[in-house]
This record gives sequence, C-alpha cells and structure tokens, in this order.
Amino acid sequence: MDLPPLLARQLAAAVLGGAACGLVGVWVVMMRIPFVGVAMSHAAFAGAVIGLLVGVNPLVGAAVACVLASVLIGPLAERSDLEPSVSVGIIFSVVLGIAFLGIGLLPGPRTAALSYIWGNILLVSGRDVTVMAVMTGVVLGFLLLFFKEIRAVLYNREVARAVGVPERPLFYAMLVLCGLTVTANLDTIGGLLIFSLIINPPSAAYQLTWRLRTMFLLSALFGVGSCLVGLVVSYLTDAPSGAVIIITSSVAFGLALLFSPKRRRR
Amino acid sequence: MNPASAAVVRAPGGRVPGPVVRLDRVSVCYYEHIALSDVSLEIPARAFAAIIGPNGAGKTTLLTVVNGLGDIRGGRVEVLDTVLDRRTVRGLRCRIGYVPQHLNVDPRAPINCREAVLLGRVGRAGLLRRLSAADRAAADRALELTGVSRLADRPVGHLSGGEARKVSLARVIAQEPEILLLDEPLSNLDPRAADELEALVVRLHRRLDLTTILVTHRVDRLPPAVTRVILLKDARVVFVGDRAAALAPDRVAALFA
Repeated sequence: MDLPPLLARQLAAAVLGGAACGLVGVWVVMMRIPFVGVAMSHAAFAGAVIGLLVGVNPLVGAAVACVLASVLIGPLAERSDLEPSVSVGIIFSVVLGIAFLGIGLLPGPRTAALSYIWGNILLVSGRDVTVMAVMTGVVLGFLLLFFKEIRAVLYNREVARAVGVPERPLFYAMLVLCGLTVTANLDTIGGLLIFSLIINPPSAAYQLTWRLRTMFLLSALFGVGSCLVGLVVSYLTDAPSGAVIIITSSVAFGLALLFSPKRRRR
Repeated sequence: MNPASAAVVRAPGGRVPGPVVRLDRVSVCYYEHIALSDVSLEIPARAFAAIIGPNGAGKTTLLTVVNGLGDIRGGRVEVLDTVLDRRTVRGLRCRIGYVPQHLNVDPRAPINCREAVLLGRVGRAGLLRRLSAADRAAADRALELTGVSRLADRPVGHLSGGEARKVSLARVIAQEPEILLLDEPLSNLDPRAADELEALVVRLHRRLDLTTILVTHRVDRLPPAVTRVILLKDARVVFVGDRAAALAPDRVAALFA
C-alpha cells in the first residue's frame, strides 16, 4: 500500500523521534539528571530563536546551544562546591532569558519562533525526517557500540572510573547526544514539550523491568507509541500534536506505575 | 621529608620486595581545602596495610591517590612500576580493585549482581570489544570466591549491607587486580557480617597474592592480618610502622586527640 508522502513523513517522524527520545531518556532517568533535560531543551529553543534573529538556520543555532549547554552543565554538575541542581537551574534561567530576549528582539510576527515551543508533527518536512533519522542512527549506534561502558556509567560513575572506563568522555557524549536529540525533534515535538518525551517513556519502562537492555527497548517502544498516538489523535481531533504526545506518554507512565512489579516486591 | 612517612611498609615475613606503591611528596587539594599534604610513602608487594586516622584526616584521599581518583596537585605517584599520569591512569585502574565506602545504588536499578560483577571486566576488555566467555567465567569465579553465587540474578538494590559489600568485592576480584583498595569495608555492618567480611578479605588477600590497603577509623576492629599501619592526622602521615608500635595506647590517644 502506498502512503501519501506527508503521512509517510509523519509516521517516520513519530517512530524516529519517539525512539531517539526514549533511548537518550534512559540515561537521563538512570543518572537522575532530569533537570539537565529541561535545561537542554530550553537551550535548544533559545538557540533556535537566536538563529532566527541572526539569520542562521534555527536547527544549527539549537545544536550549537545544546552542545554549549552540555559542556557547561557537565563540569558544573561535577563541582563539589555547587549543588548540581542549583548550577543547572542557573543555566536553565539563563537560556530561558536568552530565548525571551531573542523573541522580544525578533522583528515582525513571531510565529516561526513560537512554533519551536510547541512543534508540529503534522507539518514535518523531508529534511526534518532526514535529520531525525541521522540522529536516531547516531544514538542507536552509540548505544550498541558502547553498551557495556554505558551500563557501567549508569550503575555508578565512580565505579565506572575505578574499573578503567573512560567515564567522563562517555558522560559528556551522553549529554551532547541528549542535546542533539532535542535539537533534531525541535520542529516536531517542540522545545518546551520534548522534555516530557525524554522523561516519561524511560520512567515508565523503569517501572516494568529489572534488565537495562529491556528498559532501553521498552522506553523506545513507549516513545514511539506515544508519538503515534499523538499523531492519530491530532489527525482526528485537530488537537496540538505535541501536547497529545506528552499526555499519552504521561498516561503510559501512570499505568506502568500502577502495574509495576517493582511495587509488589521487597 | 617527614621521616616517619619515609619508612617502608614491610611485607609479612620481613622480606622487602620492590614497592608496588610509591608516593613522593604528594599533595591533594579540593579548592581551598588541603586533603593531603606532602606525603611520601612506599608499600611493598603483597603487604596488608591499614590507613588509620580520625574523620577528615585524609584517609580516603590517600587511598584514592593510588588509583588516580584523588585529584593529585603535587608530587609523584608510582604504582606497579608505572608513573601515574593522564596517559597511564586508565590502564592502571584496570589492575587496581577499589571498593568505595558508600555506593549509591538505586534500589530499583535494572542491573543484577552478575551484571554488576561483570562491570569489573569492562575496563580490561577495552572499548569496542564485547565481553568474552572468559570475562563471564572470571565474573562467575569471582562470585564463587566471595560466596555470593546464589545472589547472581538478584537486583543489586535488593541486597543487605553485608551482601552488597561482598558483591562489590566480587566486582573487584573479577578485575583480577594486583592491588586491592578497601575504604572502611566493615563500617555499618553488624558484628557477624563484619567478621564474615573480614575473614573473606583476608582469605582473598592471601589466596590471590594481593597487595591490600584498607582504610579504617576503628582501631579496635583492625583485622589481625594487617601487619603494617599508616597513621594519618590533619592531612599528614604521622607514623608508618608495624602494628604493635602503631597501636601503642599513647600513640592512638594522640591520633584521636
């Protein structure tokens, strides 16, 4: 059966975006740095707005802002004289300030900038799908190539370092990949909402399994499922796709929590 | 140089093999705080040494200088005949087993004990290489040696304090280390669990020909196998010598005064 090109692109975006967010979300949830995800998604949004302001491709602006945020957040989170949540909170407020400053300075209607807040999977372009496919491939490749090291870092960073794993470069690579995943999905999910897609699917998966491999798999499936449901509901009701995706992933988390075997053990 | 800190920690039997750890005027600072000041020290192969001192004396810092986790600001550290620097530190860590005092493990973490023990093989295996059958066999052997094979499939968050320490020991034994670093291994354990773990550590030290360095602030719970003692106070080594001399009542009283 031949799908109309737009529908095919939308389905591809749902699968690719959901999978990538679900995968990087596992390390955000396992390392207990959800606020880093929030800061990163807002940094991407700020970068896109600045890109619009100075006439650079907004996705390039978002990618640069995410990488910058990663290299700032990493060392700040490791400083023993600063509470990590405080330092990440400061970065969050700075990027939010930059984003709103950029919006304020933009001439004319600000619809392009505001579209990066909400995103719209229904308007996904061929280029968006290509960017998302490349990004999902990079995340998946990184995970497959370095799975044993990633497991060590997620178990305990100090132990990983002590057994000879290059823990710091891996930690930074994970932060940067998280930021780039946010960037790749900025058009479709939106900078404000993508954070939930990074947190909810792995949190749901976490409730249901004692195996890390299964957690990655379930998280990717929940991410894909949430995006597909969001797409369908958006089609049927004309509701904003990003919002429906987030609500769906939140419901999945609620159900996982309710039926979690971990609640019954111990 | 502090004459006490320059003394050599001798191995049991009085033989003095080449030192496996050699610290020369090592200092460690965390921002304005001096954690270790101008420490020189040698520990020979197969010694069982204890670092003793009050809270905040720099015991953990001294221990982690050996595997490069401590942030060395001055001096020279030589471990297993290799100068510890940025280039050599990862390779050395693969040969040094380290059990930290506090291991923050999420009680619901999706990792079981066998997988946690296998982590000890990850550094040795190297990047872009899968863990081999030999790696898995080494992990199983380590679980057996530490008496926790029955826990292999249990989630790491579902262990008692004593079991968790044994699984940590199994992880470092799976590394097939030459040096074992233990940070307060018996703290927060009930007397029976502490006795069991102490006996296990001593057994592993002897059976695997390890050089063992443990940190403790409990002079009353020093394993009898410990032959040489390093006393640490206010970031400085104040005594290095044999057990009997180190535990003289007036010396212990001065240490904790």
